[in-house]
Amino acid sequence: MVHTFEYWLLRYRRTWRATVVISVANPLLFLVGFGAGLGRLVDQHAPAQLSGTTYAAFFAPGLLCAAAMQTAFLESSGPVTYAAIDGSYRDATPTPLEPPQIMAGHQMFVIFRVLTSSAAFVVVMTAFGLTSPRAAPAVLGGAVLTGMAFAAPVAAWAVGVRRTARLTTVFRMIVMPMYMFSGAFFALAKLPTAVRIVAETLPLAQAVILCRDLSLETVSAADAARAGYLFALTAVGLLWARRAYTGRLHA
Amino acid sequence: MIETALVVATGLKKSYSARDGGACVDAVAGIDFTVHRGEAVGLLGPNGAGKSTTMRMIGATSPVGGGTLRVLGMDPMTQGPAIRARLGVVPQEDCLDRELTVRENLYIYGRYFQLPRATIRERITELLEFAQLEDKADSRVEALSGGMRRRLAIARSLMNNPDLLLLDEPTTGLDPQARQVLWDRLYRLKQDGATLLITTHYMDEAEQLCDRLVIVDHGRVVTEGSPAELIRTHTTREVLELRFPLDTRDAAAEKLRSSSLAGGDAGDGGRGEHSEQNEQNEQNEQNEQSKHSAHSKHSGGPRVEILRDRVLVYTDDGEAALAEVRAMSLTPVSTIVRRATLEDVFLTITGRSLID
Repeated sequence: MVHTFEYWLLRYRRTWRATVVISVANPLLFLVGFGAGLGRLVDQHAPAQLSGTTYAAFFAPGLLCAAAMQTAFLESSGPVTYAAIDGSYRDATPTPLEPPQIMAGHQMFVIFRVLTSSAAFVVVMTAFGLTSPRAAPAVLGGAVLTGMAFAAPVAAWAVGVRRTARLTTVFRMIVMPMYMFSGAFFALAKLPTAVRIVAETLPLAQAVILCRDLSLETVSAADAARAGYLFALTAVGLLWARRAYTGRLHA
Repeated sequence: MIETALVVATGLKKSYSARDGGACVDAVAGIDFTVHRGEAVGLLGPNGAGKSTTMRMIGATSPVGGGTLRVLGMDPMTQGPAIRARLGVVPQEDCLDRELTVRENLYIYGRYFQLPRATIRERITELLEFAQLEDKADSRVEALSGGMRRRLAIARSLMNNPDLLLLDEPTTGLDPQARQVLWDRLYRLKQDGATLLITTHYMDEAEQLCDRLVIVDHGRVVTEGSPAELIRTHTTREVLELRFPLDTRDAAAEKLRSSSLAGGDAGDGGRGEHSEQNEQNEQNEQNEQSKHSAHSKHSGGPRVEILRDRVLVYTDDGEAALAEVRAMSLTPVSTIVRRATLEDVFLTITGRSLID
């Protein structure tokens, strides 16, 4: 599986500059825009809503988490589908590698992407004083766990996709709503009860709370359960992906 | 143990169920054949005959659906990685990474086989030379022509010094010149003692490269033998091809069918119907043809075969047959006397053309 990881890295050498814009510059612009612009308004008019922190400190870990999810989704959907249709998976299939190894090597690369882009974000958060240097490694860990929880099930689904238009549909209909209702931008407690309950069961909402608690150093027992939830999603996703890859590549 | 048979398939089967829950399709319906070390064997058949599916089962990338299959003495169902480690596979779509350079494509492929980096570097030099791509080593695959890409795909499949090379339609989609270059490369491999299993629907390719042919149709082996043997057994020595003006074509065909040129089969209603339906009923072509192929099989004596665009007269003396046609006061637009080919063998056996 190290060998397929090596492949994705080799390819990435040619494209990393473009991904820096999407994975690092975009979240940073969001952070500055929302944090400094909207944040000032919120902090002036409703400071009590955010349990004593600034809006920027509330918003940054949520955005980090949502960006980790988005990177995981983008790296684990389109590239997987195309590799399975006529790309590098088809290259690797006639070799001694088994489909689960092909999957694992690609997942390593997806996690590498989540790790590096999240690390850049956490460095900026720390520099702006939005989290403490002490909490920063744990925050990064939370972001990577979030990425893993999405990357594996998304790859399991994407490897079987034959009509590539579906990728965009799922991004628009599932990923974006989940992003908006993740609690990254506002506290979910403000939502009507019914909507709130639905939103809170979504993995991204739990991941956002986890990362925020790690960042603000307000970790509780419930956060252990949240981490367990994300680990469980990763494990189920990997098992599902093993089967899906074998079914697709060794049809 | 001396393993001389690299592939042994007995009653090999595979069926697919349609994705939308439709009926099961038998892609491979019980195939028997053997490939010995040092042989170049061709699986010849029209598109959809089950060739690629057979190749994937042999390549241990598709589960065997029924029967038994041994590749390099191993069972592809349980020893897939060990088998694949010793195979070279050139798939129909070459699946090269267009973003990467020629060298990088070779390098990564070597890594998939878990070869040490130093070994890969040595092999790359040799393979670039074999593929005649030395001066393209650092170009991106995107910039290569179709023929170059195919050569690269073949070079790449040799990375692990395979015991058996599987080539699926190696020259489909290439221009004649690129095909010649490729054949030359494959011929060199053959001379070096490589064992090749090639699928193709081109008879010239089969004739050029293969010591032995296994002709498949509708997922079954129809016949096998060397190209020369097949031509000798299943068809006459020469073929007279006639083209008639559209308005007189049917009448001419009728006249030829009831003449002495049609041999023992003169006036065979079944074949006549077959040909007419062939023309009138193109939509149901597939069904009609498969129905008729059963009773249109016969040994390759003199006869007349009526195709959509021309009439074929199978005979041992083309010029004499042409004189006979003229004596019947038929006036074809064009006439060709040629040697019988594998295409004629296929037509004789199945009642269908290899390429539509």
